[in-house]
Amino acid sequence: MRHLVVLAATLMLGATASAGEVRAPASFLSPDLRALQDDPSRHPGWLWVDGGEALWREAPRSGRPSCEGCHGPIDGMRGVAARYPAVASDGALLNLEARIERCRTDNQQAPAFGYESEALLSLTAAIALRSRGLPVAVETEGAAAQHLAAGKRFYETRQGQLNLSCGQCHDENVGRRLRGDVISSGVGTGFPAYRLEWNTLGSLHRRLRACSLGVRATQLPYGAYDYVALELYLAARARGLPVESPGIRR
Amino acid sequence: MRQALAALLLALAAAPAAAQVAPFVVTGDAVSAPLDGLAGDAGRGARIVRNRETANCLICHTIPDPRETFMGEVGPPLAGVALRLTPGQMRLRLIDPTRINREAVMPAYHRIADLLRVDPRWQGRPVLTAQEIEDVVAYLATLRE
Ligand code: HEC
Ligand code: HEC
Repeated sequence: MRHLVVLAATLMLGATASAGEVRAPASFLSPDLRALQDDPSRHPGWLWVDGGEALWREAPRSGRPSCEGCHGPIDGMRGVAARYPAVASDGALLNLEARIERCRTDNQQAPAFGYESEALLSLTAAIALRSRGLPVAVETEGAAAQHLAAGKRFYETRQGQLNLSCGQCHDENVGRRLRGDVISSGVGTGFPAYRLEWNTLGSLHRRLRACSLGVRATQLPYGAYDYVALELYLAARARGLPVESPGIRR
Repeated sequence: MRQALAALLLALAAAPAAAQVAPFVVTGDAVSAPLDGLAGDAGRGARIVRNRETANCLICHTIPDPRETFMGEVGPPLAGVALRLTPGQMRLRLIDPTRINREAVMPAYHRIADLLRVDPRWQGRPVLTAQEIEDVVAYLATLRE
């Protein structure tokens, strides 16, 4: 009996130990890609960063202030990306893209950029860069708790014709090869990222849509609540890991 | 009119769906009878296993073929699988491995029930048909070393 208890305890320890080992995505990159990610002079994502910094200073045609007009120089955005997704004052869970779009429509009274537009990717990358190297520090309690729970449920649910949950790859098979890819811990800290397969910068939701398609599940629309809640859960798993955005990916 | 037509098309699409999954009987950890009584063809099975659009087995498994590159390592190597499993055991592992282990990672290749959020393009269809399952079983049965 005693033995059984000890056995059960070790089994549980084993389980939590492997589930707890969430590694930074950079640690899965080939040395070449890692060097590229660390070198702004060669990193193609900096084209978007430069564009985003210009947009930050540009006043919209509505006559309302530029981003800089309200927030000051973009360097003041240090640490912001590390705290998103976050719950806004009206209770909505916003990721960084949605936060920017809100400022755009509500405060600048200008038409939304649109998810995955060059402008929104650029601003997101330029703001995220100000958190590069800082530890992910999302709020998971209070109003965020229910969204975190929704994200966790989504992450753990088998889905699609291939009937796989996110964790079956990104917890149980981390480090193994899936065709030419090495499966990482599946966190979003490198996004927006320049993906060689895309030949452009793309958002985390674009990457999530690729994983959904991979298991032949419905691809949710950009900005869908389930993906934003999932994004919060991924950020909670990545808590303490450095923001890598803009990342470089295969 | 448009709506009625759409509903009719949906109904037509749904009707043969159930028929797309062959009935089978599980004995122990095997399905000994070939699905729909079909005979498998190992040559066709070898092509199905390598097909990246459909079965895509090599995303997770290796086979003993030096011409194949970038094979996966999520599942066990399939070399020698015929020495470890009978055709009946292979059949059940292809039809639905969760019948053996609820936590199985390998997809169920011949199941349509109780799947969540399946992309509309694949709804109501199993990944592989009964004939394709039999072809793959016939191929796996040749992997004796
Ligand atoms: C069948 C395996 C599989 C499943 C299931 C899967 N993924 Fe992935 N995922 C991959 C592979 C392979 C990659 C590319 C290599 C990597 O970075 O892990 C990837 C990449 C990612 C990335 C990008 C990581 C980076 O730094 O570039 C994220 C985030 C991610 N997945 C999240 C998810 C989520 C959330 C789910 C569930 C909705 C999911 N994945 C389901 C295999 C899978
Ligand atoms: C997403 C990953 C994945 C895919 C795709 C996949 N398998 Fe598997 N397979 C596994 C895993 C993992 C196991 C071990 C049991 C488990 O956890 O499901 C397995 C087990 C098996 C076994 C039992 C092997 C043994 O030695 O017991 C056979 C046979 C098999 N797979 C054949 C196939 C064939 C044929 C295909 C394609 C039609 C395929 N698999 C596709 C992951 C996969």
